[in-house]
Amino acid sequence: MGFDEATLFVFMLAAFLGFELIRRVSPLLHTPLMSLTNAISAIAVVGAVLILGAKGAPPLSRALGFVAVTASTINVVSGFLITDRMLKMFKKREAQKP
Amino acid sequence: MTENAVQFLYVAAAASFVLSLKWMSAPATARRGVLVGEIGMLLAIVGTLLRHEVVSYQGILIAFFLGSAIGVPLAYLMPMTAVPQRTALSHAFGALAAALVGTAEYYRHSPHGFVMVALAIEMLLGFLTFTGSLMAFGKLQELLPGRPITYRNQNLINLSILGLAILFGVMLVLHPERTWMFPIFAALALLFGVLLIVPIGGADMPTVIALLNSYAGLSAAAMGFALDNKLLVIAGTLDGSSGFILSVIMCRAMNRSFANVLFGAFGQVQASTAQAAQRPVRSATAEDAAEILDSARLVIVAPGYGMAVAQAQHKLRELYDLLTKRGVEVRFAIHPVAGRMPGHMNVLLAEADIPYDKLFEMDDINSEFAQADVALVVGANDVTNPAARNDPSSPIYGMPILDVDKARTVMVIKRSLSPGFAGIDNPLYYEEKTLMLFGDAKTFLGGIVKELGAVVHA
Repeated sequence: MGFDEATLFVFMLAAFLGFELIRRVSPLLHTPLMSLTNAISAIAVVGAVLILGAKGAPPLSRALGFVAVTASTINVVSGFLITDRMLKMFKKREAQKP
Repeated sequence: MTENAVQFLYVAAAASFVLSLKWMSAPATARRGVLVGEIGMLLAIVGTLLRHEVVSYQGILIAFFLGSAIGVPLAYLMPMTAVPQRTALSHAFGALAAALVGTAEYYRHSPHGFVMVALAIEMLLGFLTFTGSLMAFGKLQELLPGRPITYRNQNLINLSILGLAILFGVMLVLHPERTWMFPIFAALALLFGVLLIVPIGGADMPTVIALLNSYAGLSAAAMGFALDNKLLVIAGTLDGSSGFILSVIMCRAMNRSFANVLFGAFGQVQASTAQAAQRPVRSATAEDAAEILDSARLVIVAPGYGMAVAQAQHKLRELYDLLTKRGVEVRFAIHPVAGRMPGHMNVLLAEADIPYDKLFEMDDINSEFAQADVALVVGANDVTNPAARNDPSSPIYGMPILDVDKARTVMVIKRSLSPGFAGIDNPLYYEEKTLMLFGDAKTFLGGIVKELGAVVHA
């Protein structure tokens, strides 16, 4: 694992892409947007799994990894579920009872 | 061979996250966005489990199970009014995960050079966001006092602690083998997170929550650099830029800078200025209010955090239904910083079944107040304060506001004349066209609904 400048390019492009994508999100949905991006950033689960599942991981790594996998799983699960729960409530008038 | 497959899964996951945010832009496609985001996460997790470095699955499965057992009730049992708290809590979890992964990496692989730089950034942001978000949670849940807490030389002390944390971070990068420095570094970052939120008042929560959201994402992106994992960099950066944009929008909606939000300790100064002279106000009963609303053609409602506190959104829906049935056009004017997080009011009104095409952003509806017969302010204060427009000495001067005072009649539902969260007196209440409806928002709206209902059946 060393310095890979390609990762910096990825970072730069992702930042610009993020700006363009988020700018277009209606303020109506800013709360669900935040819980969605929160669930997406729980991608930290990948790093946590690599720590916890590594061959011959010492007890300290296993303990830290275990807490990290649990914490990010909470975010993955609750983040996506509550975003959907919120979005289900956004209805237009037509969908309402007369 | 498997390594290639894993990389393809990661690319697919990254694409799913981008699509997920793209579809989030409008209510019609947003739920599809959530679905594709879930698929992306599933691909990422499956890909990771397939990697040859991962050999022991037992602990992982237990942690998955435990996390889901906590996450599912957290998603379904939280009332919608508690969404800001839940969001703060999930920022804390996300930041904790990033910080602990960084810690484990540090002790396990004794990294150096570029990897150590990335790890130091990941841990600094992770630790400070962890305690900062817990503090925000405590304030929002009212476990801690919501008012800003200030002390002498606060900014100097806070910045020195951040400076020290960064200094130890730099020294760890230069001498990673000096492990004794690590606990000091972590403790300073954790402490700074606490101190950062101590002076933040409720009105500034939307900005701060968005900022913590950004930090949590950037921390995950830094982890991506440390682990040389581009999927982590992409997902973390998307979250980081999202939080950043939201906090910029919030700052702009208050006409304040980042530095001012973080170090300004708003809502402290005014205690003295709040003692304005007693001026006469006109108050009205539910019956009067019902009568005026009934004869109106256009009513614009301006909700604020007080509506959430009083849980008045459902009564507001009943009022909306009754008025709509009687041919009155009812619209809702949403200020970007109304409530405790970006978009808070929209979620509450949507929960009460108010159609979202009746919810208007400030810039879209401000020109319509002049045509409105009634502007009904429910639990909002500073975002309707005309002093922001015409009193250069006011602390909120220059902040864009909802132009409720342009309506023919303004009705304000409020418990008392006490100043709002920022503690600034509101001249709106003393205007000739303003009727103060004193009482709890939910009870008072209930009263109006009852009066209107009586008229219907008469």
